[in-house]
Amino acid sequence: MTYVLTGDDKAISGFGGFRSAITSLDPRMRVVVTVLYAITVVGLSDLRVLSGAMVLSMWLLAISGLPFQKTLKRMAMMDTFIIFMLVLLPFTMPGTPIFTVWGVSASWEGLWRAVEIGLTANAVILAVMTMVGSMEPVTMGHALFALKTPERLVHLMMFTIRYIDVLREEYQRLRTSMKLRAFRPGTNWHTYRSYGYLVGMMLVRAIERSERILAAMKCRGFSGRIVLLDEFRLTRTDLAFAAALCLAMAALVWAEVVYAAA
Amino acid sequence: MHIVDGALSNPVVIGGAVVAVGGIAMGLKHLPLERIPAAGVLSASFFVASLIHVPIGPSSVHLILNGLAGLVLGWAAFPALFVGLLLQAVFFGFGGLTVLGVNAVNIALPAVLAGLLFRPMVSRGSPLHGAIWGGIGGGVAIAVTTLAVAFSLMLSGDEFAAAAKLVFVAHIPVMAVEALLTGAAIYLARRVKPELFLDAKGGWA
Repeated sequence: MTYVLTGDDKAISGFGGFRSAITSLDPRMRVVVTVLYAITVVGLSDLRVLSGAMVLSMWLLAISGLPFQKTLKRMAMMDTFIIFMLVLLPFTMPGTPIFTVWGVSASWEGLWRAVEIGLTANAVILAVMTMVGSMEPVTMGHALFALKTPERLVHLMMFTIRYIDVLREEYQRLRTSMKLRAFRPGTNWHTYRSYGYLVGMMLVRAIERSERILAAMKCRGFSGRIVLLDEFRLTRTDLAFAAALCLAMAALVWAEVVYAAA
Repeated sequence: MHIVDGALSNPVVIGGAVVAVGGIAMGLKHLPLERIPAAGVLSASFFVASLIHVPIGPSSVHLILNGLAGLVLGWAAFPALFVGLLLQAVFFGFGGLTVLGVNAVNIALPAVLAGLLFRPMVSRGSPLHGAIWGGIGGGVAIAVTTLAVAFSLMLSGDEFAAAAKLVFVAHIPVMAVEALLTGAAIYLARRVKPELFLDAKGGWA
């Protein structure tokens, strides 16, 4: 689904998808382990231990079969969002000064806190993208349903996943027709009104489309039940993988406790 | 607008998750089976709309349009926006996993509030009247979202106070743009498809 953002070809996960060490594992297990991993990493605070978590996430990326550079680039995109907050931290947190700019001093404590947040955020999001993001979106929906997520929420998610693509193409058609009429965006009332109309038109078309969808679904006897196409099976490989990751998490927690005591 | 993992304190993260679960449950309660296709397709269109970049001066901002989502979907905007955030985190790497609850509350709760407060005004009167109230709703939703983000940062530690203030100031132009766009979108929707906002009873809200 990432091509929605990057405009690449639909390569990463088409129907049927690709197979690698991670994609052949049970999706339910991947979701559960990822959540556990995220909670564990957020609980860590020692920089050495967090670096260990980062290495673990990188290893997950290596065996996930996702394109290495592209995924790291996407992770770096998130960093550009938080960079301001992280850069401010050394200046706003009191502590031992490192240097002073215009009478404001940066503290070591703030710097370490910024590094800590950066490492945590990246380690978690990398694991999420590699363990869950490498799934076919529909498979993720089915896995969440198998994990007792409310049926309606899963339906809502599946519809969203299904129609993001369709509506993005519709958006691009509308943009093309705007371009044909010599629309060039700028900072002015005309631009904002045109974009507003564009969004409004998308909503109107979305509603009309949803009416046709509902009619088509009723015609086929839709009752609100989710029919699972594949049955998930927890194999010995899944258990071994989950056990290995849990062991790694236990090691991280142990290291954290030891370093905290030292 | 996304907060990442590791920045917030545990009570804030847990509190956010609890409120988010409540909001999603409330939203699903207002979402009969018949409405799921419409909510899903609208959720997808808000997802796509959030990828639109709008120029402001030399820079550009991406849209959030949570106010518009609230005006159109009512309570159902909560699960719809949550799904959007979940997909963004998992497939794009925006935001984080443990902060999903906090992010959902920050974005979806103002949307629902804007929907409950301004929807009656948006659906009444002339399209222009509706558009003006819609614009106000869109602006208010973003303002509340920004305040909520700043608030969750400040609750987590004093060291974030500066960042929180910066977030708010930096988003003032965004509020204006979102208000204008929401207003225009409502104006068009009211003229092209008035029934989108008509069914006040038994409908979305």
